[in-house]
Amino acid sequence: MNAVIEKPEAMQRSGAGLTVAAPVRTRAPIDRKDRATVGEQFVENPRMTCRNVDVYYGDNHAIHDLSIDIGTNEVIAMIGPSGCGKSTFIRCLNRMNDTVECCRVSGEIKLEGVDIYGREMDVVPLRAQVGMVFQKPNPFPKSIHENVAYGVRIHGLANDKTELDEIVRKSFERAGLWDEVKDRLAQPGTSLSGGQQQRLCIARTIAVDPEVILMDEPCSALDPIATAKIEDLIDELRQNFTIAIVTHSMQQAARVSQRTAYFHLGDLIEVGATDQVFTNPRHPLTEDYITGRFG
Amino acid sequence: MNSSVSGAQAERADRARAIDTVRAGLARRYARERRFRFLGLLAVVTSFVFVGLLFISIIATGYQAIWQTRIRLMVNLDPEVIDPEGKRDPAALSAADYGGLIKSALFEMFPEVTARTDKRALTDLVSSGAAYEVRQRVIEDPKLIGTKEAVWVTANDTVDMLMKGHAERNAEGGAAGLQAKQVAWIDEMIRTGRIEKRFNSTFFTAGDSREPELSGIWSATVGSFYTLLVTLLLAFPIGVAGAIYLEEFAPKGRWTDLIEVNINNLAAVPSIIFGLLGLAVFIGFVGLPRSSPLVGGIVLGLMTLPVIIVASRSALKAVPPSIRDGALGVGASKVQAVFHHVVPLALPGMLTGAIIGMARALGETAPLLMIGMVAFIADTPGGVMDPATGLPVQIYLWADSPERAFMERTSAAIMVLLVFMVLMNSVAIVLRKRFERRW
Repeated sequence: MNAVIEKPEAMQRSGAGLTVAAPVRTRAPIDRKDRATVGEQFVENPRMTCRNVDVYYGDNHAIHDLSIDIGTNEVIAMIGPSGCGKSTFIRCLNRMNDTVECCRVSGEIKLEGVDIYGREMDVVPLRAQVGMVFQKPNPFPKSIHENVAYGVRIHGLANDKTELDEIVRKSFERAGLWDEVKDRLAQPGTSLSGGQQQRLCIARTIAVDPEVILMDEPCSALDPIATAKIEDLIDELRQNFTIAIVTHSMQQAARVSQRTAYFHLGDLIEVGATDQVFTNPRHPLTEDYITGRFG
Repeated sequence: MNSSVSGAQAERADRARAIDTVRAGLARRYARERRFRFLGLLAVVTSFVFVGLLFISIIATGYQAIWQTRIRLMVNLDPEVIDPEGKRDPAALSAADYGGLIKSALFEMFPEVTARTDKRALTDLVSSGAAYEVRQRVIEDPKLIGTKEAVWVTANDTVDMLMKGHAERNAEGGAAGLQAKQVAWIDEMIRTGRIEKRFNSTFFTAGDSREPELSGIWSATVGSFYTLLVTLLLAFPIGVAGAIYLEEFAPKGRWTDLIEVNINNLAAVPSIIFGLLGLAVFIGFVGLPRSSPLVGGIVLGLMTLPVIIVASRSALKAVPPSIRDGALGVGASKVQAVFHHVVPLALPGMLTGAIIGMARALGETAPLLMIGMVAFIADTPGGVMDPATGLPVQIYLWADSPERAFMERTSAAIMVLLVFMVLMNSVAIVLRKRFERRW
């Protein structure tokens, strides 16, 4: 917020000239109470429901009172400036935040009516059901085949080797990687290019046949061609999976998602159909971000 | 907008160009770099010089221990002396007076020696262990009885020192520990080729002895082996398990901080304190046998434990968190993520830490002094409960002995110990290279 009003002054100080300033509208900072979520937070037949979720890292209140539904077989994009809590939020959806020592989550996140932060919840089946693809491709230091077979094997999804090989092949096909790796399955996963590695990680995730796939900026380490391949893949995967994707690229959000959620400094500001959010944002903060005035 | 751009250009023109300032400082920057490189090189060269000096002095003192002076005697294996009853009974064969046979062989070689004191001086040239060597020959091959057999017997250490040039001949013709006539007999034997320096197998196969020419490092090596075996079996599993638990599973908090500080402190505790602990607890309280490799191994294990824990923890820390995330992300449990993905990657580091810790334990003397492994042990230990000594303790014991021949053996034992250390460290490097999988 402060950045908005300080901008003209800051520009004069930096000697001007080097940056070409867009016309600046000054506006009073928006108060906390006006940051209540606008738009369609809730959908019919949701896969996951989040109600009044607060996340703290120690004393740092990272997410304030967030409520949102994640629909079935939709791609929902989380956008917003750095540090707004979008990654934190999707890491709550399969409890990856448990690995962060000082992280505390309150509120209610339900998957098919079961509170995933409830006492009886076991994170192992949860993560089999809600898979995750990370920002940086992180293949295991094992063979390409083993990377995908690993999850299948630990969950006991294949009865014998032929069945396992079949699942591995299908997963690679669905990830659009089969033709590139079928002759080199024994080679290490890290011998692939960055984009291939990321698709390997997606194949690894879908091999376990989850219902929801969380993607935390999956293309931020990739070049535009690899990015385009992954975006196509996301579009195909939507037929079978629910996908929540965090992205820094608004174009990407516009291309792949049906709904978009805009986060700002730990608040969920606006949720709505992607077209509507990008063409006709309801909240002034969303508008500021979409039109590139900060972020 | 435009006015401010041109204003900035004008301002730049007023100032000196930045690149001029950069160029002016370059010479100074490079000089500093050269200075630092020179100092670094100097440090490396200095340390190499000192290591070189150490090696040269040890090798120069010790290399001659590879040989041992032996005297060729024509021993008349008289059946009347060895086996008067003719039954070839092993008990009778070992009880026979071989010393007498050696003496007769010597007197036969120098028939001119008749006076009682001269005879005594002549027999002193041969080691007291020579009788055992002849006995060994006879027991191995009883058919030799009744023949006249050429046997190379070990010479006394004073003779050995003279042969190796460590004993200065004095004006009267004698040398350190040798009378003039003894030196004359030796010269006579050299002339007739009946005295010779041969490979010193005794040094590698015998235990400790009061006689330098009969002493060897074998029992100390075996003692060190048993001790390190106990150390490894104790310290490696406990150290690795402790490191994995502390690094991967233990909740971070005041308690784990306290434990971590304690482990780091423990790694810095003087080793003799561990010896005191072993003496008080394992010998005094538990009642384990003194001087045994078991107690030595436990004590050295406790000493090595913190080293292994610290090394293993840093190996685990070095595994990128993205690997853990990836495994957890496909639904691996914490234990699966750790044992399937993290530990295999950290294993080379853990092994390296363990082997370096073991090499340190191999060279450790002080704690062994406290638990009685400093005793005079001539027999080779047959297990972890037998009294034993270790290589470094053997070196310590020999370094204390006054005989010139022990000095040579001290350096030779140090060489053997260094060879073991270098071998262990090389194994650590090979393991690290082999299992290091950066893919």
